[in-house]
Amino acid sequence: MESFLNRYRNITVLLLVIFGQLLLLAVQVKSDRNVPVIRVWTVTAITPFARVLEAVRGGGTGFFRNYILLHNADAENRRLRDQVDRLKMDNIFLRDQLNTADRARALALFQQHTQSKTLAAIVIASGAGVNSKVVFVDRGSVSGVERGMAVVTPDGIVGKVVAVYPTASQVLLMTDADFAAGVISQKGGVRGTFKGQGSPMGNVDYISNSEKVEAGEWFYTSGDDRIFPRGFPVGMVKSVHPGSPFQEILVEPSGIEHGLDEVLIVVEGVHREIPPVENANQPVYIAPPPPDAAAVREAAAAAAGSAPTEADKLRSVYKAAGEAQGHRYGEGYKPPDLVKLPAPGSAPAANAAAASPSPAAPGAAPATAPATPPAAKTVPNERLANQAAGAQSGTSGH
Amino acid sequence: MDYSGGRVLLSSQREGQSTHYSPRVLILVPLAAILFQVYVPQFFEFLHFLELPMLVVVYFALMRRSQLGGLFLGALVGIAQDSLTIKPLGMYGIVKTLVGYFAASVSVRFDVEHSIIRGMLCFFFYLFHQCLYWVMERALLGHQPPFEMQSWLVQGGLNAVVGLALFHFLDKLRSSV
Repeated sequence: MESFLNRYRNITVLLLVIFGQLLLLAVQVKSDRNVPVIRVWTVTAITPFARVLEAVRGGGTGFFRNYILLHNADAENRRLRDQVDRLKMDNIFLRDQLNTADRARALALFQQHTQSKTLAAIVIASGAGVNSKVVFVDRGSVSGVERGMAVVTPDGIVGKVVAVYPTASQVLLMTDADFAAGVISQKGGVRGTFKGQGSPMGNVDYISNSEKVEAGEWFYTSGDDRIFPRGFPVGMVKSVHPGSPFQEILVEPSGIEHGLDEVLIVVEGVHREIPPVENANQPVYIAPPPPDAAAVREAAAAAAGSAPTEADKLRSVYKAAGEAQGHRYGEGYKPPDLVKLPAPGSAPAANAAAASPSPAAPGAAPATAPATPPAAKTVPNERLANQAAGAQSGTSGH
Repeated sequence: MDYSGGRVLLSSQREGQSTHYSPRVLILVPLAAILFQVYVPQFFEFLHFLELPMLVVVYFALMRRSQLGGLFLGALVGIAQDSLTIKPLGMYGIVKTLVGYFAASVSVRFDVEHSIIRGMLCFFFYLFHQCLYWVMERALLGHQPPFEMQSWLVQGGLNAVVGLALFHFLDKLRSSV
């Protein structure tokens, strides 16, 4: 037995090591539990080196850019970039979206203005696998980071925290095949699930062919997944194809479009509204300026003088009789004496005579007599005036 | 042994002498390879194809000609690499254990200081590494990863080129016994 083991010692050890790792795998897969100790050891061993490397890289890059490469050009470039960023910021705050190249400034401003409570973090390393879409950030449980927290930039969502260590956290990027988030389209409010594909593009799944989604449209987080607060940009639709059973919608993620240096971990998420669709490229209708009061009165007088109906004439007669007897219609129990009515044609004239000692022409009566003209007359006249003004502006517009 | 000799096969196992390295090298080089793997590709994304930890495991397994040393080094490097991914621990561990073991096994047959042999071994072990990982991901985790043989072939060639340069550099870290 001993000689057998000696002879096959290497293969026996190999089998034992493989078996041990298979057992480790089986435990993790079966119980869906992690083995935090080994990971903590490795991450704790790696992160100090990564921090040093990052510090050396940052310092070296800064020195090279500021002193080796054209100093003035770089300063000018930065000044112009700052200016552009400020302009972008103005635009962004109006639309409640941030999209800027100066990530540090944008991040700080975004952090100040967003309602969610966030924690700034720096990406210090990426995942070790060839196809890995995870990164490590320099904030861990000591800083209050917890597993499952959302990670965003001003441009949109980035991923979610999948593992937390004392000094670092592991973030699953939205491009990873294991990533999923609830999303909602900006135009139609169509709900779906964004999924990473292991490539720069992602797709939105579970949207039936009957729902309308257009290329160029934006998707935002819906908040349904309880990870990402509602209203964060996810990406723009690049292509939409009908599929079976759901549409094949390719989305270009916006959060990692400009690379990842600094990110925000959403410690306490606050839902916000999906921003309205922009109509910047569509022609805007500008209504004509309102006509002045004199023009309205003239148009009303012209309309009243030209074509009063029989009912209007009769009404003005009754009204004049009531006013002559000091009666106000709708008040009191005693009706006015309507036995002796003035002739329909002379009523406005009589009314005008009561208001003014000088005789008035019949046609001018409605314009001068009532200080507050009867509604039955005024409304159609105003309508006519508006129609006239609208027709006039429409003609001039063409 | 001639560094650029024409022979690629060893006539006997006695010809294959193990190379010694200081413990510092055996610890720092794999650590640096893992660090490279997690740090550099975030600035140079095209370098994602590089599997430096695997190349380091292959190198030490080939040069030390110890199957036990190769498999343990592979297991440690693999589990460390697993720790930095979101996959369960053991995926890279098993793959690199086998890579280390088989690399040490072939080292007793081949002249591992021959550049062509080194390049071919790097290429072969990269393909083996990727294929085995693909199989394990399907079989053990139930995932459906894409089978990208064409890109693996290209990446294997690139890893072989990088491996040659890396092996040449690591040769200089050998301890003089």
